[in-house]
Amino acid sequence: MSVISPKQKHREYDVVIVGSGAGGGQMAYTLTMEGIKVLVLEAGRMFDPVAETAMFHTWDKAPLRGVATPDKQKDFYDASIESGWEIPGEPYTNASKDKLRQFVWWRQRMMGGRTNHWGRVSLRNGPYDFKTHSRQGIGFDWPISYDDLAPWYDKAEMLVGIFGDSEGIENSPDSSPGVLLPPPKFRAGELLARERTRKLGVSVVPVHRAVLTRQQDAQRIPGKLHPRNKKAQRLLAANMRLRLKCFFATACHRGCSIKAAFDSTSVYLTPALKTGNLHILPNAMAREVTLDKAGKASGVTFIDKTTGAEHHASGRVIVLAAGSQESVRLLLNSTSTQFPDGLANSSGKVGKYLTDSVASRVSGQIPALEALPLHNEDGVVGQQAYMPWWLAGQQHALDFPGGYKTLLVSGRKMPNLNIGKSFDRVSGGDGIPFGRKLKEDARRYHGSFQSIGAQGAMAANDDCFCELDPEVKDKWGIPVLRFHWKWSDDELRQVSHQQQAMTEMLEAMGGRFFRASYVDEPEKAISQGGKIIHEVGGAIMGDNPGKSVTNQWGQTWDVPNLILGDGATFPGTADKNPTLTIMALAYRAADHLAGELKKGNL
Amino acid sequence: MPRINRRVALQWISSATIAIPLLEREAPAAEKSGLRPPSVVAKGYGPDPDLIRIYKPGDLWPLTFTKDQRRLMIVLCDIIMPADESSPSASSLGVHDFVDEWISSPYPAQAGDRKILLEGMDLLDEKGVRRGKPNFVSLAAKDQLVICEDLARKAKADPGRFPGSFFYRLRNLVAGGYYTTPVGMKDIGYIGNVPQAEWNGPPAEVLKKLNLPAQ
Repeated sequence: MSVISPKQKHREYDVVIVGSGAGGGQMAYTLTMEGIKVLVLEAGRMFDPVAETAMFHTWDKAPLRGVATPDKQKDFYDASIESGWEIPGEPYTNASKDKLRQFVWWRQRMMGGRTNHWGRVSLRNGPYDFKTHSRQGIGFDWPISYDDLAPWYDKAEMLVGIFGDSEGIENSPDSSPGVLLPPPKFRAGELLARERTRKLGVSVVPVHRAVLTRQQDAQRIPGKLHPRNKKAQRLLAANMRLRLKCFFATACHRGCSIKAAFDSTSVYLTPALKTGNLHILPNAMAREVTLDKAGKASGVTFIDKTTGAEHHASGRVIVLAAGSQESVRLLLNSTSTQFPDGLANSSGKVGKYLTDSVASRVSGQIPALEALPLHNEDGVVGQQAYMPWWLAGQQHALDFPGGYKTLLVSGRKMPNLNIGKSFDRVSGGDGIPFGRKLKEDARRYHGSFQSIGAQGAMAANDDCFCELDPEVKDKWGIPVLRFHWKWSDDELRQVSHQQQAMTEMLEAMGGRFFRASYVDEPEKAISQGGKIIHEVGGAIMGDNPGKSVTNQWGQTWDVPNLILGDGATFPGTADKNPTLTIMALAYRAADHLAGELKKGNL
Repeated sequence: MPRINRRVALQWISSATIAIPLLEREAPAAEKSGLRPPSVVAKGYGPDPDLIRIYKPGDLWPLTFTKDQRRLMIVLCDIIMPADESSPSASSLGVHDFVDEWISSPYPAQAGDRKILLEGMDLLDEKGVRRGKPNFVSLAAKDQLVICEDLARKAKADPGRFPGSFFYRLRNLVAGGYYTTPVGMKDIGYIGNVPQAEWNGPPAEVLKKLNLPAQ
């Protein structure tokens, strides 16, 4: 089985999955390894991270020194094609004209989805993060506890390959022994942060990231992940041997042609194709989930973007993993006499409870880091160190619920076009520096600027949701989403705390600042909704069919053979990045689904 | 790609030098006069470009500079990033061609730089004319430097106001263009982007300087 065109698709599959990213890829992997026939529909084209990734190209090899343009909206070498905040012909709308009440939406139209350019930070939700309502009186509890998901985190981490350490920090869980790969050494600035911020009660510890700091153990892990399944063990072991350890150069968001950094195509879809149980159909833009007469999901109508023709793919089970809001849009656009307000929406909750990371940043300059002896500071390029939420035990004494983590990347990084103006703030003189002075300033100060970013928890609320825009349609005539967004006082108070704390951290490092932090004006510091690309929710899981859309396995209450396999089911955002939890939930959901299919329950 | 002929350009300069403080605010009127630099009509590289290909200025869209403008930009590049004991000048790394590529870009974000840079370059030539020379390039190096130092002060005072905005943006592009080359990266102290078998963290002398214990 292989990559196919619409004509080559079979009459019916066991499972049709919409989307090929973290959720869809993990589901496809687990199901095909269990012998289940799967079709993956992906709206974008095939993308080969081995052949198409410009890992070592310096910026002078790119148009415009690689700066973002409307065609490449992160940067030229970012592993995103046909993707971005604004895609021609594929609009979305916001109900409010006020920027603070608008949501921005990154769409990634390519095989592997957003895993291609993902930062690879892979943190587990902690026990408290599943009990938001019980602990804080806001948002929702998840229908599962940390203990329910912990074994699936272990499995996902072993499959994906994640480095990190065990720290024993409250609500920032450790992995089981032998699961994580060794973390990379810290850079000089990260060591300085660790030493100097200790007095603030902050621990600077290795972050967890989906990067192989050594090759995966192809002898041991396949047997652990696929007991009694020799074929799966063989295929996984072979794929693990194709992945090399990180060579400590080049940014993961460009993609990784040696497969040291995880992406869905390299880690999930490649071995899944080798099972013979997977068809992948690229350029297939899903329009609607269809129902049979009994009210069960029967398939997916999609548009072949290469021809514009509409087709239908049939499956016994339909999985939506198109990226949380795209999956929500599919539900809302799948109307019938049984579900006039959108599929699986008898609760009226489809589209509700959209959440995102609560983020802000503080930057300064650290004199101690000036003119350090030259050395290579690439490391694993990007995040190596972070500060897990350090006040989980004192949450009751704070004026906001939920915590946040902070992350820092220090050192002399590969300069980009913005470097030219970055020394103005530290350079003396009555004019902007140029000439010999600029060259001297640059040598002295490059690598001494330090930024710390925070990403925090957001409980679901009634003000953040999406619905179908009553008028606007995309270029295929499919109605588009309209977003509603409003930061609550909880999030704004959290950002004030972030600003204060990050300022104190930089001060502890001896930092100097070029503008006041936004402690008293959090709305100026907070990242716009969606900007962090951590959006989740819209079809949340729960244990009450009247108040949620799916059960704990992502099965919709209304249509049991329709499953949400992406972040749409999150009942809230933790202070952890969502992707690892998407993977662990998808792993668990696929395992459950395989069991149900084998029992004949679906 | 149409180019402004010299007579029109000089007319435009002489009116522009008087009207400069108002230029940004009075853009529509200036547009009507027909003396603005022509806008770019080329296409971008599209949402699915070849990421592996090595691109050079002029590969994707036509460049703008006349021979004289290019000569001027070479001089400006080397005033902003001159050769010194440890590294070569910006023009020797082709940064002037990058500036041309930038102002010739079909994307909206660069349109403002196109206007301001071409206007600023004309202003510099006008300053040369006022000093009895045919253009800026013909001025003595020390006179060129005095003009740039004055612009650098204006840029620091208000980087959004012409002609300080011209020098601010030019400096950003030339310095950024310089440090994004392999030679520039090395000069600024970035010695990564090479595969390594292991990553061992900072060397002992760095930790010692920071008074930090070994990892």
